[in-house]
Formats: sequence, C-alpha cells, structure tokens
Amino acid sequence: MSLTLFLQQIINGISLGSLYALIAIGYTMVYGILRLINFAHGDLLMVAAYVAIYGISLLSLPWYLAFPFAIIVTGVIGILLDRVAYRPLRGAPRISLLISAIGASFLMENLALVLIGGVAQPFPRPAFFSHVIDVGNLHILVLTIYSPIITLLLVLGLLFIVFRTKTGKAMRAASLDFEATRLMGINLDRIIAITFLLGSSLAAAGGLMWAMKYPQINPFMGVLPGLKAFIAAVVGGIGNIVGAVLGGFLLGLCEILIVALLPDLAEYRDAFAFLILIVVLLFKPTGIMGEPLAS
Amino acid sequence: MSDKSKFRLNAASVILLFGILFLFSRYGSGYQLRILNNIAIFITLAVSYNLINGTCGLLHLGPNGFIAVGAYTSALLSMTPAEKQLNFIISGVIWPLSVIHVPFVVSLIAAGVAAAFFAFLISFPVLRVRGDYLAIVTLGFGEVIRVLCNAGQSITNGPLGLKGLQPYTNLWWSWGVATLAVVLIQRLTDSNFGLAMKAIREDETAARAMGVDPFRRLMVAFLISAFFSGIAGGLLAHLITTISPGLFTFFLTFNLLIMIVVGGLGSTTGAVIGAMLFSWGGEALRVVEQPMEIGPFLIPGIPGMRMVIFSLILMLVILFARKGIMGRNELSWDYVASKFARSKVMETPR
Repeated sequence: MSLTLFLQQIINGISLGSLYALIAIGYTMVYGILRLINFAHGDLLMVAAYVAIYGISLLSLPWYLAFPFAIIVTGVIGILLDRVAYRPLRGAPRISLLISAIGASFLMENLALVLIGGVAQPFPRPAFFSHVIDVGNLHILVLTIYSPIITLLLVLGLLFIVFRTKTGKAMRAASLDFEATRLMGINLDRIIAITFLLGSSLAAAGGLMWAMKYPQINPFMGVLPGLKAFIAAVVGGIGNIVGAVLGGFLLGLCEILIVALLPDLAEYRDAFAFLILIVVLLFKPTGIMGEPLAS
Repeated sequence: MSDKSKFRLNAASVILLFGILFLFSRYGSGYQLRILNNIAIFITLAVSYNLINGTCGLLHLGPNGFIAVGAYTSALLSMTPAEKQLNFIISGVIWPLSVIHVPFVVSLIAAGVAAAFFAFLISFPVLRVRGDYLAIVTLGFGEVIRVLCNAGQSITNGPLGLKGLQPYTNLWWSWGVATLAVVLIQRLTDSNFGLAMKAIREDETAARAMGVDPFRRLMVAFLISAFFSGIAGGLLAHLITTISPGLFTFFLTFNLLIMIVVGGLGSTTGAVIGAMLFSWGGEALRVVEQPMEIGPFLIPGIPGMRMVIFSLILMLVILFARKGIMGRNELSWDYVASKFARSKVMETPR
C-alpha cells in the first residue's frame, strides 16, 4: 500500500471514528446514570436524518436551519423516550428496562417504516460539506475533515457542561451514587432528562453527518452504527465520556485499517466490532478509561 | 394429588393432543397445517429461550444464531449431493458436505448437537459477564453467525441461501419435538438443577455462598436451550424449504422475546401460551396490512403495521403488566385442582 493511500485511510478512519464517538457519548452518559443500554439510541440517528430531510423538503428550510432543527427535535424525542419507556421502570428489574429499550427501538424503526416507507431515500449533501480538496495526491471530501473537528468542538462543549456547571455536577453525582444524590435534594428526573437531551442531540449531530457520509437513509440505518458506537463506549470504558470518544476513534480507525490492509476480510467487517467487544470484555472489561464495573 | 394420577392425566392430555393433531392431519387445510407447524416450532423455541431468559434470568439476545446453526446444519446434511450441486452455483460446496446425505432424523439431531457445540464455544466469554454486557455479547454472537453465513460461500452458499429443501417437517415431527422440549425443560426446571438456576437468578452472590457453581449450571441451561433451538431451526428449515441468512436476523430473537414476555418470563406455560398467541395473532393481524373497504372508504393496507402493533404490545406489557399472562406460575394439575376446590374453601366462614 502506498503512503498516500495509507494516509487517506487514516483520515477516513478518524472521520468514521468521530461519528462513533459522538454516538457513543450518549450511550455512556445514560449508562453512567441509569446503568442501562439505551438500545433505542441508535435509532435517534434515523430520526435526525428524516427530520432534516423533511425540514429541507417540506418546510423548505436551508440546511443550516434544518440541521439545528433536527438536532433539537431529536433531543426532545430523546427526553420523550426516557419519559415513556424508562421512567415508569425506575426500580424495576434491569431485564425489564432492557426489554423496554429493545421494544422502544423496534417501535421507532417500524413506526418510521409505516409512516415513511422502507425505500431508501437520498440525503442531500449541502455544498458546504461536499467540495473536495486536494493535498498532494490526496483527494479529501471536506466532510471527512469537518466531522472530527465538529465532534471535538461538541465534546469540548459537553465537557464544559459536565465539569463546569452545576447541572453537570449533579450528573456526575448521580452516576456516582443515585440514591445519595436524591437525598441531597437534587431533582433526578430533571437531571436524567437533561442527560437524554444532551446524549440525543449529540447522536443527532452524528446521525446527520452519517447521513451525509453515506447518503442513503432508511428506517433501519441507525441499528448498526448504534451497536458499534455502544461497543466503542465499552472499549473506552463505559460511563466515561473521554473514554467513549477515544473508543469511538479507535474503533473507526481499526475498522477502516483492517479492511484496507486485509481486503479479503471486507465481508467480515461488521462482525469485527463484536470481536473487539468480546476481546475487551475478556481481558479488560473496564475498557481503556473505565472504573471497575459495579456488580 | 398423587404422582400416579398426575402421570395419568399428563399421558391422557398428550394422547388427546395427538388425537386432535391426527384429525387435523386428515381433514385440516394446508393453511391450518402450516399454522399448527409454526405454533409447534415457536413453542419449542420459546420454551428453550425462556429457560435462559426466564429461569436463569440472563437476557440472552442471540438465539437467532443457534437457530441459524441448526437450520444450516440440518439442511446441508439432509440434502442429496445432487440437490446441493443445483444450489451451489457460484462456488462448489466443500468436500465432506458435498457427499454426505443422511436421513432427516439424523440431520435434526446433528442440528441440535451443532447448535449446542456452538453454545459451548461461546459460553466461555458469554457466561463471564452479566446483565447488559451479556445481552450485547450474545447479540454480537448472533450477528457474527449471520455474517459468517453470508460470507461462507462454499459452506452456506452465502446470501443466496439454500433452496428446494424437502418438506420433511410435518405435524408429528414438529409437535413431537415441542412436547419433548416442554417435558424435558419443565422437568429440568423443577429439579434440583432448576432450583439452583432460579437461585442464581434471584441472587447470584447468595447462590454462590450456598455452594452453587453459577458457571456450570448456566452452561447446562445454555447447552440445552441451544440444543432445542438448533432442532427447531432444522424443523423450520424443512418447513419453509428455503433458508437464507436474512431469515436469522435479530428480528427473530425479537419475536421470541415478545412471546416469552407476554406469556410471562420464567414460566414454561407462559412461553407455550405466548408462542401460540404470537403465531395466531400474527395471522389474525394480517388484516391490518391488507386493503380494507369500510363502506365507501378504501383503506390501503399498511405493510409493517403488524410489527408496530407487536412492538407496542411488548412495551405495554413490560410497562404496565410486567408479569405477563402467567407471571412465574405454571399451569399444573395441582393448580387446576385447587381452582376447582376453591369454591369449597370460600364457603367456610373465617
């Protein structure tokens, strides 16, 4: 493999990884507080992509308004998801919560299927993201460069909220000790809603960039990225935001590089992430930056 | 009630069941037979799935992998070499499979053994983790199997799948296996072994302190569940006569999950009821996907509406009636007898 091609693949890997990272943050934040895999998280990508597409076509919004609109709507849907599917089950056995999450995920997918139809729709890529720049022999789509930058900016914003504001302090407290936080007079339902709002908005941003990167959207588009992002969150150490970001980048890079270096294995690409997950769970279940798992 | 009379009642019900099946096999329409076969296969799958999710309390999300292994094993073994040659047009099937041809019953047992062997292999990483992690790891294994089926061109014929299997599955096979699965799994659940599994479900640390070895018990449950899932996979393959990797997605697991949750997690009776309701409901709800004429209005059919309804049912059950239909209770002769006797008890003044 030539050096140019290698560099190209590295850039692709970082770009893909940044999307995994954005989605993984939502998983890790919700898991940190509720100890729940939010199976429906991946489907928020799909919601964001469809809201954006209808914002552009039906409301004829320009993309720079349609995208924030989609992010806000998805954030609100994230809050609704918690309100409807998870809040009634606080204190219920974990297995019920998980089943509720799986049910919510299937409900969103099939509702989208019924309302919109299963035919894949082309997603418009705004001119702002679609020109190609040439560096030497490299041809790079601007989107590929913008997405890690956007991801890093969003993560910095999130870290500011989590570590520098009172709400963030309450979130961190809730993930350390749910009951004690309640005893301190903190409104946990509000904190959890904010967590879902933040996580879902980031997933929406990731979903929009995903839709621009692979511009065919369908009701099931969020399933695989969602699962992989969850794996990224585990690899990074679940419950840890910086870990999720690292895990996302790592998974994206590994996935692209394996396919690039061993093209014969391209067919197994989707199985690869699960192998990483199993290896991590076997040898370092706490992930890169995680603390020991609560039993 | 004495064990002897219970045994007689059990035997009588089995004979009654097979008597009804005999009448159906004689006079039933093809459509009815198809539904009855579906019900039996789903009962086998739901009861063996419930052994892990209900009795042991592990959220296992990969039975679709076991079913796929069983279906492919049984199909590849029961097809004649000539049939295989017709199927494998892109690349020939690899050597031992290209000449092997065994009777249906042997292929079914092989399907169960293959699925159990696969379960044995993955149980080492899977049973080391619990809760959400176990859910996602088993989901991953189910997905990996599907990817392997898609990619292994010279073994599974890749995305094309296998077509033209002989329709060996009939009422006797499907209901025979279902009865066997229900009896064996219920006996296991009632045994000492089953008690230990329930202890692990309720409190693993306490169970450990009592000398229960969780890994061993859960492994046994896992293997038995996989064994029956594999056989059911073989039956399914020879019922629909065409299999492809797309048949064994997470969607299949989701359907099983609905059955056991609606029936009541941890109840074999519940799993049976859930499987029956699901198969029957799936057919009954076809109405919503077909165009309807109500007076002057024509309502177009909405494809996919059934799944929306099923997902809603799952969520409503888990949110508002978490115990499902049966809770963790079983329908036993003692229970039936106590129902009949209750009227007398009520009459006595307190």
